[in-house]
Amino acid sequence: MKTKRLRFERDSASALKNQKLQGALRNATDRFRTVREKATGEIKGWENLRIKAREIKKHTVEHLDQYLEILEENIMKAGGTVHWAKDGNEACSIILDIARSNNVRSAVKSKSMATEEIELNHALEGAGIKVVETDLGEYIIQIAKERPSHILAPAIHKTKEDIAKLFAEKLNTEPGLEPEKLTNVAREKLREEFLSADMGVSGVNFAVAETGTIVIVENEGNARLSTTVPRIHVALMGIEKIIPRFEDLSTFLSVLFRSASGQKMSAYVSFITGPRRKNDLDGPEEFHLVIIDNGRSEILAHEETRESLHCIRCGACLNVCPVYRKVGGHSYGWIYSGPIGAIITPQLLGIDKAPDLPFASSLCGACKDVCPVKIDIPRVLLELRRRVKNNKRTRAGFGERVAVRLWRFSMEHRKIYSLFSSLSYIAQKPWLQEGRLKSLPLPFSRWTRHRDFPPVPKKPFRERWKEIRDSK
Amino acid sequence: MNTSEKNHKDIKASLFITCLVDLFFPQVGESIVKICRKLGIEIDFPEDQTCCGQPGFNSGFQGDARAIAKRFLSIFNQDDTRYIICPSGSCTSMVRVFYKELFKDDPQMLEITHNISSRIYEFSEFLVNVIKAEDIGASYTGKVTYHDSCHLLRELGIKDEPRKLIKSVKGVEFIEMNLHDTCCGFGGTFSIKFPDVSASILDEKIENIVESGADTIVSSDMGCLMQIGGALSRRGIPLKVMHIAELLASS
Repeated sequence: MKTKRLRFERDSASALKNQKLQGALRNATDRFRTVREKATGEIKGWENLRIKAREIKKHTVEHLDQYLEILEENIMKAGGTVHWAKDGNEACSIILDIARSNNVRSAVKSKSMATEEIELNHALEGAGIKVVETDLGEYIIQIAKERPSHILAPAIHKTKEDIAKLFAEKLNTEPGLEPEKLTNVAREKLREEFLSADMGVSGVNFAVAETGTIVIVENEGNARLSTTVPRIHVALMGIEKIIPRFEDLSTFLSVLFRSASGQKMSAYVSFITGPRRKNDLDGPEEFHLVIIDNGRSEILAHEETRESLHCIRCGACLNVCPVYRKVGGHSYGWIYSGPIGAIITPQLLGIDKAPDLPFASSLCGACKDVCPVKIDIPRVLLELRRRVKNNKRTRAGFGERVAVRLWRFSMEHRKIYSLFSSLSYIAQKPWLQEGRLKSLPLPFSRWTRHRDFPPVPKKPFRERWKEIRDSK
Repeated sequence: MNTSEKNHKDIKASLFITCLVDLFFPQVGESIVKICRKLGIEIDFPEDQTCCGQPGFNSGFQGDARAIAKRFLSIFNQDDTRYIICPSGSCTSMVRVFYKELFKDDPQMLEITHNISSRIYEFSEFLVNVIKAEDIGASYTGKVTYHDSCHLLRELGIKDEPRKLIKSVKGVEFIEMNLHDTCCGFGGTFSIKFPDVSASILDEKIENIVESGADTIVSSDMGCLMQIGGALSRRGIPLKVMHIAELLASS
């Protein structure tokens, strides 16, 4: 598990200079945004759906313990097994135990951010178990030995040329293949893997407490294959993925499809309630649900940031974020990126591990506008910023503390404010070039690095007011 | 009847100038005074004002922001028959939207906050929604494009009002640019905390402004215009940068 402190400025520096990445990010986010706008624009009552989704999530999260117990009961009734994991290490142990006791030698995986969170592949491979990612994007980054850079589309930082080159190098395909041919190559290879795997590992989009059903949505069919062909199916989910009733799915599926991929419905929607029954023609013999905390109950405990748990991982916030558009997913240092990453990474890893992330935002609010469950991300960011400054390990450095003191003092004492105003008019003179301020000392140098600073006029407004106050 | 002929002598307003306008762009304040007088609105300027506290609030220094916010409230609470008009969407949002967060545990301050929130308006919002004025009788020859500043658009919901005002200016050809409602990258202290990311976001905004073919960029927030204007100036792009009040005061 990550223990190093994440550094956003350093991690984003190379992304900003990478022209190819910039192009890839623009294309991908533009495309996602366009289809999302169309899909949500054409449905009447979209806003009401969002409100309803938020209400259900809020209620569920406030009664999480009760719903989790109901879920467990119903999964057991259906012949499945539920395991509880406090953290990533425990979850990996549990899954390894299941694998070992079933002589699992190879596993296929469908896309699951939670499994990335606990670094499951690493644990399985360490135990000598072959793991193959079957979602095309995940398959690509598995071959490239990289991390996902987007919640929905893990390989959007790669162009089709990148992928063709990757396949040529690692899979010995012809160089320069077109996307359709690349997909066929993956399809053929993966088909063999599905058929020979002993275990299938998946995530969970929604877990319905009332019926003990887990729901998985996808477009490729790889989750359907991973969860039905191998003997063992292990599903991993965070505690917050639960919803109370089957009928709640009509709200959540509607908002998820349209927000995530701009579809009315994804190509495959699987409802899985336990393992195969006696007379079923197919399906796994065993169904295991591993429910993981890994810091989520800590989020649950804080009312101001509890709504972070509403997230249904649609990725819409990434696609509208002006920051994500420029820095890409890897700059956020962990697997969750964009606005949602900026709020859950510090909460899951600890604020001292990711103190930059709450500040890596201009607070523009575009994310809040598109979130299907109406998470007020800017508000959560502000609360996290407050926590960073109040935490002994991450609070403001000397320079910033002096700046804040000065700022507060001048704003509380108008005469001092006016004094600073007059002083800055005089102080700027050495740096004025042709009426412009092109370079300034720290901290203003951080501004003038890329743009001119406005010159300070001789008379601030309050002095001009004195002149115009009595005139007509 | 041309709205500029209407008499609004019954309307009294106090100007909340904002520190950026006061210190760097005083001509915006002068434009507002000029427009108010033209419309017959009695306008005053509480001289003790300094800041609404937003820079501290946004940077995680809630306690310091609260002290400054208290001061703001006491200054503008002295005459509650007056509207408060402000040339900034973000400062207006701070008072109208975020002050109740700051004072959520202080019922007395919360009451004052509610009173002030009910009469504080961003300038273009004030003109269109309170004064019901769209045509101020201004004239300006140019191709104007408008940047939607984030707080104004998303916290206050103001989108059509500035456009109505701009389009009513005689001689203006209004052009809507691409991604007009995408952030310019300013974000207050964000612009110096992560200057390279801020500048990268700004690059695309400049691209869209130039591509629109406009010769004038207008917005309702000087933070945004400082960011945008600073880049135009650095690159020697001769576009005119104006706060909407300056445009509306043109003749």
